[in-house]
Amino acid sequence: MEFLNQHLVTILVFLPLAGALSVLLFLRGTQKEAVRWVTFLTMLAGFVISLKLFVDYDPQSAQTMQFIDSWAWLPEYGIVYKVGVDGMSLLLFMMTTFLGPLVILSSWRSIEDRVKGFHISMLLLQTAMLGAFVSLNLFLFYIFWEAMLIPMYFIIGIWGGPRRIYAAVKFFLYTLFGSLLMLVAILYLYFLHVEQFGFYSFDLFDLYRVHLVFGAEKFLFLAFALSFAIKVPMFPFHTWLPDAHVEAPTAGSVILAGVLLKMGTYGFLRFSMPLFPAATDYFFPLIAILAVIGIIYGALVAMVQPDVKKLVAYSSVSHLGFVMLGLAVLNVQGVEGSVIQMVNHGLSTGALFIIVGMIYDRRHTRLISDFGGLSKSMPILAAFFMIITLSSIGLPGLNGFVGEFLILLGAFKKNVWLAVLAASGVILAAVYMLWMFKRAMFGPLDKEENRSLKDLNPREIAVLVPIVVMIVWIGIYPQTFLRKMDRSVEGFLIRARQITAPPVQPLERDPVFMTESFLEEEYWGQGNGH
Amino acid sequence: MGIDNLLAALSVIRPELILAGAALLCIVLDLFYKPTDKMPCWLVASLGCLAALAATIAAWGTQQEAFSGLVRMDNLSNFFAVLFLMAGLITLFLSFSYIQREGLLAGEYYALLLISMTGMLFMAQANDLMTVYIGLEIMSIPVYALVAMMKRNPKSPEAGLKYLLLGGFASAVLVFGIAFLYGAVGTTLLADILRHAPKAMKASDPLFLGGAGFLLVGMAFKVSLVPFHMWTPDVYEGAPTSITAFMSVAVKAAGFSILIRVIVLSLHPMTVNWSQIFWWLAVLTMVLGNVVALAQENIKRMLAYSSIAHAGYVLVALAPGTQMGVQAALVYLFIYAFMNLGAFGVVIAMSREGDQGVEIRQYAGIAREHPLYALAMAIFMFSLAGVPPTGGFIGKFYAFSAAVKAGYIWLAIIGVLMSAVSAYFYLRVLVVMYMQEPADRPEVAVSSWGTSVGTGVNITLWVCALAILVLGIWPGWLSHFAQQALHGLWRLL
Repeated sequence: MEFLNQHLVTILVFLPLAGALSVLLFLRGTQKEAVRWVTFLTMLAGFVISLKLFVDYDPQSAQTMQFIDSWAWLPEYGIVYKVGVDGMSLLLFMMTTFLGPLVILSSWRSIEDRVKGFHISMLLLQTAMLGAFVSLNLFLFYIFWEAMLIPMYFIIGIWGGPRRIYAAVKFFLYTLFGSLLMLVAILYLYFLHVEQFGFYSFDLFDLYRVHLVFGAEKFLFLAFALSFAIKVPMFPFHTWLPDAHVEAPTAGSVILAGVLLKMGTYGFLRFSMPLFPAATDYFFPLIAILAVIGIIYGALVAMVQPDVKKLVAYSSVSHLGFVMLGLAVLNVQGVEGSVIQMVNHGLSTGALFIIVGMIYDRRHTRLISDFGGLSKSMPILAAFFMIITLSSIGLPGLNGFVGEFLILLGAFKKNVWLAVLAASGVILAAVYMLWMFKRAMFGPLDKEENRSLKDLNPREIAVLVPIVVMIVWIGIYPQTFLRKMDRSVEGFLIRARQITAPPVQPLERDPVFMTESFLEEEYWGQGNGH
Repeated sequence: MGIDNLLAALSVIRPELILAGAALLCIVLDLFYKPTDKMPCWLVASLGCLAALAATIAAWGTQQEAFSGLVRMDNLSNFFAVLFLMAGLITLFLSFSYIQREGLLAGEYYALLLISMTGMLFMAQANDLMTVYIGLEIMSIPVYALVAMMKRNPKSPEAGLKYLLLGGFASAVLVFGIAFLYGAVGTTLLADILRHAPKAMKASDPLFLGGAGFLLVGMAFKVSLVPFHMWTPDVYEGAPTSITAFMSVAVKAAGFSILIRVIVLSLHPMTVNWSQIFWWLAVLTMVLGNVVALAQENIKRMLAYSSIAHAGYVLVALAPGTQMGVQAALVYLFIYAFMNLGAFGVVIAMSREGDQGVEIRQYAGIAREHPLYALAMAIFMFSLAGVPPTGGFIGKFYAFSAAVKAGYIWLAIIGVLMSAVSAYFYLRVLVVMYMQEPADRPEVAVSSWGTSVGTGVNITLWVCALAILVLGIWPGWLSHFAQQALHGLWRLL
């Protein structure tokens, strides 16, 4: 028990990896049911154990970063395995463990080809995502961040739709391109830290203290921001998203929308903004305007989509625009709204993709024009679909409202026009979602193929019920979740608003680092006694 | 020279002696066995490699010069020796059933391979420009023959001839450089050249600078840096695949061993001069290698361009001329050896008699029929592309760290952008293997694949894949060895 408490986060991160290895080694490809069960139970166990994390996280403690677990990995380079959660990453972490078992359950019958490979990929992806949310060392973060691409690439490319190869390669290259520039920026920051403090460290909190000249800070911010903006995706880096979301199998779309996109916004929250406060301030207009463009553009494009999956995909662009806006305004309401909205989007859009997948499994089409009157043949599905649609629109009493309201409140405090423009996105969301719902679900049941569709089976209901419970819970009593992150958000704001970094002793040396003597004496000196 | 001195001197070149002895034994054994009986020669070659490896490892940490300073054993030479011998050993495992299938002559093949490795060991130990040259020739001449060995495939002799002509030309340029340097400073000993370099620099002696330039060109040819890479794709494509694997790893690393020894260490006072040249060579090499690889349909040619690009990454690490850079280059070459040998191993496993089945489109659906080969290839491709948690990422991480640390930010940025480009063609192999159906493939005797490769290749693949994953997660020991390899050398500068 003591062991469990001490390494809780590590255990949660690597549990799926252990599951993947046991599937790989002990099960044959033909034992499809066994593979599914092992995967599902691993994910479920992960979720159950993570509840302990949620309950035990102490929101009142002055130490916002809790459950820290660290192990010297390559200490001579300052590379330390260090993980921990604060109030903000806690919620995203919980959302990931929550969605894990549900996506496995939801694709129980839709994946029949190469079942073993699929489930191994899902488990590996889970480990990488959880790891990225809790990494407190930039090197470790980068490893998880990049490792995420591999299983997702296979999930889209092998089990996806007709244009899956194009979508998978585009997804991979887009995200890789961004992250490699971030790698250079990380290295630059790392050596700057050595220059100023004399020891090697990739530790996030050490790097927070690095003093930057403004010119360099701008470039570093842009390198980080590009990588995260592609992942979010912010307009105009969003073009990979519709392809990837539409072509991915249901489980892939859910994880992509639910968790992977949050990596981008989380990256802003954890890395870009606190590391480069002055640049964050400087680029505020750019980010806020791109966010608002994303909100409106995503909504308008969603409105005209004939394909319901594509519609949901573009709605993600719009929703993530809200999240970015909330982060950019840098006040308590905005940031808390953003974090809650990240969770909301994971739940609602995840559930929308699941429902679209359920319809697709039955009807083998996703064109809205092929539907009509489905609520008559599938009343249970229609009920769930309605609740989730309303949650996505932001109906008061459901989760979407809480997030969007807080974000708009935050934006209003900063700039009225931003809030006004962003609020129009809420209206547009109601238009495209409800219009789609009306065309698909109501009206006459005039297509022969739609008459005989089976309603949800117990497994599918079991997938949707937990999500709806969470949607209502967050909608009615968001305090459970907001309370967990109050202090962390305050800490974040103090850090991210601190435009002038604490002074360090000016160095005699030329700040553009690296003279040969420096390298030999200070770096190599520690190792082998030169 | 007393007998004790002689013995001490011979102990410095013990691995070379072992390998040369094994090579001679191979030739002799070949006379007594039927041409179809490949086992004895293979065993002798493998045991010879193992023994040389053991002798090298046993000598780790010692530092000794011999034969009036012609050769010098130190940790750097031992590091490279371990690299060559391991690459050689893996090549032997890849070769066993391959050369049987392709009908190559076992005795000659193994003997030439061992002699070539002997030359490499001399290159690693070179402490004098003459040793550099002689080692280079001992290494190269057997490889010319090996490349041309596959008589059934018309591309093979063509490749051999091309390699011979261009390689001979490059050697001539190298000798020219040596002659210039000798003219300038009156010695070929590297230590003396290092001593004279500052003076020659100050006087900007054209003989000295020209000589250094010619040396660099000769070496750039061996490691195939752009614009001295022209031979690489044709030769890599035509050569027997096992030899391509060997060349892309061991021969290239040998080239880098003398590049590090001669240019980076001995001409260290001239860093300002060659650093700029390295910068440009690195950029050209990375850009051309990666961009042209995009258009390749033949996997051997694709890997040829990829290996050109990887030489560029090594050069990124070397360009600043710092100790950290050289250390990064060593780490990179070591990791690269495993991933590239592994990738060629899969190519061997997937090819058929007459070196057929090396078009990338023929890999369609391999993931279904040979899931383990596909998995291994996936690991190698991700590693070559530099995606964590594979060793390839660690290699790139060290290389780009060294560049950023030295303030070569743009070089690092170009490097990472080029590795993003490279992801495209590495992924393409995975796309074909995993995401296309076998139906697209022209008639292929699927069943013959499993039988034609043998366990040697399988063992190799698992060793390489495991090594890459272990190095990706736990690279500390390797960088520790690389650091030890440079121990003391930097102080001499």
